[in-house]
Amino acid sequence: MICQNCGQRPASLHYTKIVNGAKTELHLCEECAKEQGESSETEHSFMSAAGGYTIQDLLSDLLNMDQPSTTGNAGKKQPKKANTTRPLTCDNCGLTYKQFTQSGRLGCAHCYHAFESKLTPVFRRVHSGNTHHTGKVPKHRHEKLYAQRELEEKRRQINIFVQNEEFEKAAELRDEIRALEKQFQGREEDS
Amino acid sequence: MASEQFFSEAISPWMQEGPGPEGDIALSTRVRLARNIEQYPFPVFASEEASATLLRYASSTLLNQSKEVGFLEALNMNELRPNERQVLVEKHLVSPYLIKNMAHSAVLLNNDESISIMVNEEDHLRLQCLSNGMQLEECYNEADRLDDWAEANLTYAFDERLGYLTSCPTNVGTGMRASVMVHLPALVWTNQLSRILPAIHQIGLVVRGIYGEGSEALGNLFQISNQMTLGKSEKDIIEDLRGVVMQVIQRERHARESLLSSSRIKLEDRVFRSYGILAYSRTMTTKEAANRLSDVRLGIDLDLIKGISGNILNELMLLTQPGFLEQYAGESLTQEEADIRRASVIRERIKLEL
Repeated sequence: MICQNCGQRPASLHYTKIVNGAKTELHLCEECAKEQGESSETEHSFMSAAGGYTIQDLLSDLLNMDQPSTTGNAGKKQPKKANTTRPLTCDNCGLTYKQFTQSGRLGCAHCYHAFESKLTPVFRRVHSGNTHHTGKVPKHRHEKLYAQRELEEKRRQINIFVQNEEFEKAAELRDEIRALEKQFQGREEDS
Repeated sequence: MASEQFFSEAISPWMQEGPGPEGDIALSTRVRLARNIEQYPFPVFASEEASATLLRYASSTLLNQSKEVGFLEALNMNELRPNERQVLVEKHLVSPYLIKNMAHSAVLLNNDESISIMVNEEDHLRLQCLSNGMQLEECYNEADRLDDWAEANLTYAFDERLGYLTSCPTNVGTGMRASVMVHLPALVWTNQLSRILPAIHQIGLVVRGIYGEGSEALGNLFQISNQMTLGKSEKDIIEDLRGVVMQVIQRERHARESLLSSSRIKLEDRVFRSYGILAYSRTMTTKEAANRLSDVRLGIDLDLIKGISGNILNELMLLTQPGFLEQYAGESLTQEEADIRRASVIRERIKLEL
C-alpha cells in the first residue's frame, strides 16, 4: 500500500479513527506520520501520535456541536443575531467565544467567568457533571480553604480509625481536630 | 565499546534503575500537574512580549530556589539543535507542543531526569514526575512536593470553586493527569483487551495505544490514565487509577499463564523467531522493531529467554526512535538509512547482553 499523504513511499503505519461513529482509515509512511505527529499534540505518547484524536479535539467537537449555525447555513442565521448581540468576549483578555470553540483553549483565568454559562455543559460531559473542585488547595494564598480541607480530611480519617477500632489513634486525631477547629473559629472572628 | 556509553547516556537515569514494582507489566508511571500563574495571560493566546516576560520570570524564580528540590537545569527550546529537541520529546521530558511553540519555551530538568517542568507549554507550568514500574502514590507525592515548592515561590491562578485554572477546560480542577504505561501482549493476542476497555472508559479513565487511540497499539504498549480532573480529589483519582491498573495487570498475568499452558510451542516459536530477527536482521522499521521487541520482552518475562534484562524493551523502544538514531549517527538520516541504523543499534544492544 502506498502512503496516502505523499503518494510515493510505501505506507507502514495504519490507523483507524472512529469519531461519532464515522470511521476514518489512515495509511502513512513513517516520514509523513512523523510530520503529522508533530503537528498534532498528544500526551505521553511514546512517539508523537499520527492522526491522534485527543481529548482537546473532542472538546472542540463538543463545543462546535452546540453551535450548528457556524457550519453550512451560517449565512442565513448570522445577520439576525449579529444586529442584536455583540459576540461573547472575555473583557480581560479579549478572547471571543468563537476563538475558544475553535481552539479549545482559554485566554486567561478570567475567561472561566466570562464564558461560565457555556462551560457548565462542557463540564457535564467532560467531568461527569462535576462543577466543584474537591482536591488540593494552594496553602499560601488560600489559607482558609486549605485549613477547611485539612479538617475535612481529618474528619474522614477519624471515621476510618473508629471503623477499624483503632481508638487510640482516633482519640489523638480528635484532639488535633478540636485544636484546628478552635484556630479556625479564631480566624473567622478576626476577619 | 562506544555504543555502550552512548546507550547509557541516552537513557534517563531513573529508567536505568531496573524494573520497578509490577515491572513485568508496568513499565513507567507519570504524574503531571498543569499550573498557571496569576495575572498572566495563558500561553496559547499570549503576545510574544507576555510570553517572553513569563518565561524569564518563572524560570528565574524557580531556578533561584531549585536547591530545595535538588538542583534544576534550564534548557531554552530555541537554543537547542533540532535533533536535541527531538530526543527530549522521545524521552518524554518535553511534549511535541513545547517544541512546536519554542520561541519562548523552556524545560527545567533535575539530575536523573525524573522531574521535568515545562514552561510556556499550553499552560505556564507543566510539572511532571516520572518513575519506573507502577508507582502512582510515590510519583504523586513527588509531584505534590514539587507543586508545594513552586507555589511557595509563585502565585497560581486558582479559583475556590473550580480549582487550578488551566488553558484547556478539560484539565481544570486538579490539573492532574496520572498515567501508567503497561505492556499487554497476552491480552492483545487473546483478544481480551477489547472487552476490558469499555468498562475502563466508563469510570472516567482512558486507555491509549502508543500510536493514537483504539485497541491496537504498537509494541502492545498502552497508557492508562485519568481523564476527569474536576470533582474528585487527587488522592481519589490516584487510588481509582491504581485499582484499575492492578486489575489489568492481574488479567495480563492470567492471560500469559493460560497462553503458556495451552499453546506453549506456538508462543515459544513466536518469541524466538522475533529474537532471531532482532539479533541478525540488517534493516528494520519502527513498527517491526516495536512488535518484535514486545515478543522478546514477553519471552524474558516468562523466562523463555534467559540472560537478557527485561529493560531491553524500554531502552530499545527509545533508542530506535528517529531522533535517537540521528543523534547516534551524528547526522540526519533518510528513512532507509534510519531502518539500517535501527537494525544495527538493536544488534549491538543485544550483543551487550550476551
